[in-house]
Amino acid sequence: MDKADISGLPLRLEGDDVPMVSFKKVTKSYGNLVVLDSLDLDVAEGEMVTIIGPSGSGKTTVLRMLMTLETINSGVIYVDGEPLTHMERGGRLVPADNRHLRKIRSKIGMCFQHFNLFPHMTALENCMEGPVHVLGLSKSQAKERSEELLALVGMADKRNQHPSRLSGGQQQRVAIARALAMRPKVMLFDEVTSALDPEVIGEVTNVIRQLVGEHNLTMLMVTHQMGFAKDISDRVCFFFGGHIEEQGTPEELFGNPQKKRTQQFLSAVKEAV
Amino acid sequence: MSYLEFLSQYGDRIASGTLITIALTALAALLAMAIALAAGLMRMARNVAVRGVATVYIEIFRGTSLLVQLYWIFFVLPLFGITLEKFTAGFVAVGMNLGAYGAELVRGAVQSVPRGQWEAALALNMSPAKRMRRVILPQAVLIMLPSWGNLLIELLKGTALVALISVTDLMFQVKQINGTTFMSAEAFGTALVIYYVLARFMITPFMRWLERFMMRKMGRA
Repeated sequence: MDKADISGLPLRLEGDDVPMVSFKKVTKSYGNLVVLDSLDLDVAEGEMVTIIGPSGSGKTTVLRMLMTLETINSGVIYVDGEPLTHMERGGRLVPADNRHLRKIRSKIGMCFQHFNLFPHMTALENCMEGPVHVLGLSKSQAKERSEELLALVGMADKRNQHPSRLSGGQQQRVAIARALAMRPKVMLFDEVTSALDPEVIGEVTNVIRQLVGEHNLTMLMVTHQMGFAKDISDRVCFFFGGHIEEQGTPEELFGNPQKKRTQQFLSAVKEAV
Repeated sequence: MSYLEFLSQYGDRIASGTLITIALTALAALLAMAIALAAGLMRMARNVAVRGVATVYIEIFRGTSLLVQLYWIFFVLPLFGITLEKFTAGFVAVGMNLGAYGAELVRGAVQSVPRGQWEAALALNMSPAKRMRRVILPQAVLIMLPSWGNLLIELLKGTALVALISVTDLMFQVKQINGTTFMSAEAFGTALVIYYVLARFMITPFMRWLERFMMRKMGRA
């Protein structure tokens, strides 16, 4: 990583209005292929931001970098004011070590396109795994917390089933409960309905809708469900070619897109439906 | 002498040899599994030295003859001050040899656990050791069980070589009986059947049972 790229970026974000998530000049490339080009993106606490765009535009990479599943090439990502990808050493930012990553990562939870539930554990055990083995909660505490969350996502009656016995929609709801059991401040939803049959998409989107109402969670979502994005987002970002081509409230972006590429993308999506 | 007379006269020795063979197999299997797990995980380590140690181990023990390894451990190691009792030398040689094959099974199985499982475990902020132990290995075990069934049968048959350093296993006993009676067909025929029965009616059903047990734990049975 080139040190010059992060000079001038603060050791931490301070002030009254510190965003919950902040990307500063973040660049990601694989060899010669630039996936994200000097991305700046702030997400306020409690905000629901949806990322849309054609495939290959870098939208999933944004979430994966925030979950530390991908490293970044330059720039800094801040979570809750603290640097995630870096840490302070002698008044400077240096790449984060594993200990620092684990500390900051605890504020983030993620749901995946293919659910990724642990197949050798029941729904309840999936939810208890993190609280017991990462947070160090007692089994009874973890069970209580997990059962509450499984009830929230409407999966209480299936808590003793293994993932192989659950439909895709049911698995995704358990995965949401599993992520919430870690009490994250930021939730990431990476195309969580893309692998689902059309008739069960609603049960998952309804759960996410509920979270917007009930929890003061910061959420970042990548989706192809334009209607859903329009309904629940505070802000929608249209990604194209590794940068944010256009962003705004759902009304602005879907109702009156300014950029040509946004218009093209939205009309192409509309035709597909 | 009829075969029944043969059995009544030498049955005890054959039975005691069979018990030794079973004990050797069990101990060598445990050792092989421990070595396979350690070497298999080391093969995937980031550290070049750690990976190198495992690679060299696997290359040596897979690339040379089990019989030569057995002779090395029993006859050559004492020259370096390491003297093993012959029974111990026997199961150590077999265990170390099959462990090298097992290491590749472990590595292959761990690597074939879907990537999403690693990512989900990381998203729960699990430490690398917990990710491996609680999420990846339980799934890898199920993947590699059928191959371990084969390997354990190989291991059982491999133990016959220890007769050559005078461990009193099944092979040793029937060789002795053959030497005194010259009833080769009866002696070696009996051994053949016993090895087959051990492999076919003990190891295979045990592995099948283990597979079903693990499948039930995955909620798939």
